Amino acid sequence: MMVIDIHEPGQTPRQHAAVSAVGIDLGTTNSVVAISQDGKPQVIRDSDGEALLPSVVAYGADGSVTVGAAAHRRLLEDPRDVVSSVKRLMGRGLDDIKTLSGVLPFEVSVPADGESGGMVRLHVGGRHVSPVEISAEILRAAAARAEVALGRPVPQAVITVPAYFDDAARTATRDSAKLAGLDVLRLVNEPTAAALAYGLDKGAEGLYAIYDLGGGTFDISILRMERGVFQVLATGGDAALGGDDFDHAIAEHFLAERGLESTRMEPATVKTVLALARRAKEELSSRDSSSFRLEFDGEATFHPLDHDTFNALIEPFIARTDAICRQVIEDAEIAMEDIEGVVLVGGSTRVPLVRERVAALFGAEPLADIDPDSVVALGAALQAEALTQGSDTLLLDVTPLSLGIETMGGLAEKVIYRNTPIPVAKAQDFTTYQDGQTGMIIHVVQGERETVDECRSLARFELTGIPPMTAGAARVRVTFAVDADGVLAVTAAEQTTGAQGHVAVKPSYGLAEGEIENMLRASMEHARDDVTRRLLVEARVEADRVLMATRAALTADGDLLDTAGRAVIVDAMARLESHLAGDNRERVNSGVEELDKICQPFAQARMDRAFGAALKGVAVDALLETETE
Amino acid sequence: MGRGPRGGLRPHRSRLVRTEFETMTAAAQKANPDGLQPCWSCKGPVASTAMFCATCGAVQPPGQGDRFTRLGLARGFDVDRGDLDRRYFALQRDLHPDRFATRAAREREISLQQSTSLNEAYETVKSPLRRAEYLLSLNGVTVNAETGNRPADPDVLMEAMESREALAEAETEAEIAALAEQARDNQRHCLDALTVAFRADDLDAAARLATRLKYLATFTEEARGRARARRAP
Repeated sequence: MMVIDIHEPGQTPRQHAAVSAVGIDLGTTNSVVAISQDGKPQVIRDSDGEALLPSVVAYGADGSVTVGAAAHRRLLEDPRDVVSSVKRLMGRGLDDIKTLSGVLPFEVSVPADGESGGMVRLHVGGRHVSPVEISAEILRAAAARAEVALGRPVPQAVITVPAYFDDAARTATRDSAKLAGLDVLRLVNEPTAAALAYGLDKGAEGLYAIYDLGGGTFDISILRMERGVFQVLATGGDAALGGDDFDHAIAEHFLAERGLESTRMEPATVKTVLALARRAKEELSSRDSSSFRLEFDGEATFHPLDHDTFNALIEPFIARTDAICRQVIEDAEIAMEDIEGVVLVGGSTRVPLVRERVAALFGAEPLADIDPDSVVALGAALQAEALTQGSDTLLLDVTPLSLGIETMGGLAEKVIYRNTPIPVAKAQDFTTYQDGQTGMIIHVVQGERETVDECRSLARFELTGIPPMTAGAARVRVTFAVDADGVLAVTAAEQTTGAQGHVAVKPSYGLAEGEIENMLRASMEHARDDVTRRLLVEARVEADRVLMATRAALTADGDLLDTAGRAVIVDAMARLESHLAGDNRERVNSGVEELDKICQPFAQARMDRAFGAALKGVAVDALLETETE
Repeated sequence: MGRGPRGGLRPHRSRLVRTEFETMTAAAQKANPDGLQPCWSCKGPVASTAMFCATCGAVQPPGQGDRFTRLGLARGFDVDRGDLDRRYFALQRDLHPDRFATRAAREREISLQQSTSLNEAYETVKSPLRRAEYLLSLNGVTVNAETGNRPADPDVLMEAMESREALAEAETEAEIAALAEQARDNQRHCLDALTVAFRADDLDAAARLATRLKYLATFTEEARGRARARRAP
């Protein structure tokens, strides 16, 4: 086999000044930039020696834009001009974030022009900006930091995303980079990037779990690492679970002690309480107890907090990560004992209870010897080097959520299952439902549930120009292709004529915050309900189809039947229709079977006529004979 | 362009036809059995099975041949998992889009096709059930319960119904676990029998066993779902 020369023309291997791409961990709370040379990654610090770039953007009334620590300082003073945690809004529609807007101190809207694909805009600092634009500011600041360090611009980047990010959020991230003028070499999943950093730096081999609890997202990935291969076996997570939830729980606790509820408070006050809660979380992570002073509305209250109370407040969130970890172990088709080690990623894994629980769950002391805040960026930098300079390592990732298509009755038919290695392409054939049908709406969804309403809608598109044929004659092949970034493209074509429809899936609109994780969690709890419901819907659809077909047959060839023959069929149709009114699947199915059977002689007669053997009327006797056979 | 009937409020007018998708169509295989074709890059001759052009080194579109061939394996049910993984990793090392990140769009596109095709082959060959179904389909036997061209085995149907009933009646987690364990045991036996059937080239037996294996796999999945539902808070 040919060995490919991966070095660019004119470049020799191991050329030191050859860094042409950076790794960027675009985080909810903080972002980190790193570069790698000769397999040695390092974080790029700002002039103050700070590695973390707060993912905060301030929009001044004078049109200025500030990013990072300077913007963060203005968070409490000018909450209406400053955006934080924008990662949670990536690829989200208005419906998605309605539940969030209570704690967001800005107005959100969807522009009427329809060009933004339904993604929200934020009214901040006197202007309307989309999450994509805000993220682009953070990416620009990250790229600028690299440019200062290297003395020249670095136009290419590997950007990390939560493994559990859906297609809309991934596409939005890629768009942000485009907006920031960065050429995205690859979107890499955060836990996979962390695994790369560990595997290469610490020589880790075997099965590893990467437990990544950040400010706003939780990811767990199981990887097999050996001889430079990083194969993700399964991944899972929760796109709305993180250290922010700890802060909220502590804040609620403080407010309850003061006899208040957060729902009726000014956004600025909420931010004050949250800032204190965050400090409490950090202090309680290194001491047994402390007391906190909360002052607003001209009143100061004191709140002692001990370790046990703190743990009790955050325990429910950690329990949720436990359940997800168990699920992913099952998905990977391995046993807990097979896990060689657990790597901790994300600032929230500094909380002692998180470490204790992870250690207990996996029966192994978790690894945190690479700084959990920078390990993802280091892995991204290694991958950036590998992509541009060549490498012998291989990252094989999977798709985190199932992708499907809406079929009759609002069912989600899965085309690509979760944890399928990417890149992947799958096609499925569909046909028309009615005679002469020339169009078809293709609705693409993502999620684990059985019905479309409970999955995230990614896009709809319409395939037109199908030549008029009898129902069921057309062959529409819908192809789903997920690339190495985990981004989906859907194409559809009618096979007999080549009529094409195409869509690049863009964020359309979607679910309430946290609905992705709810989708998966609920699909476990309600798996049986789902199956039952799905089977009933399928049975009804099939029954409708049979009825429609029979009616059409009667209209076309009814002259083949005598009065009695027709009556037997019409009676069977009526019985089936009455079963359809109920929700007994067995009855619907048996009604379909009965009608099928009763129609057999009629069908035979129609075929015979088509073959030229003219028959006049089918005797009732013949019909009854078949029925009793 | 003419539009079809709208059919009331419901916009969904597609009815699913379950068909297996083949990246390489049978027609394409017939059109070019084993010959040479021009390399898209240097226009020189390149074997239709080659992954790279021997002349210019350009990556070639996925060649023809079945999913075993794509992994360099002989067509058959006996697969050594370690060997399969090594071959798969070695091929992905050369063909994965990460190796072409800075290459021309056409090369990136072909690498994507190659890598996709490899994943398809790996996923098929890795799973005993998918491997069995695929081998049968290569021999013109489809075992899908709904569209298959072999009648469903009444014994298998009976077994499936009975075990489903038992699962529905299972009350405790231990009972569910016992049923799942039994199903896993049955799967192991079924796999052994399947190996024997394929070695003896007994396609009828293989089709029957593959159907049974499918039911057992579905059942294990259902039992897993039940157990999870019970555990959920």
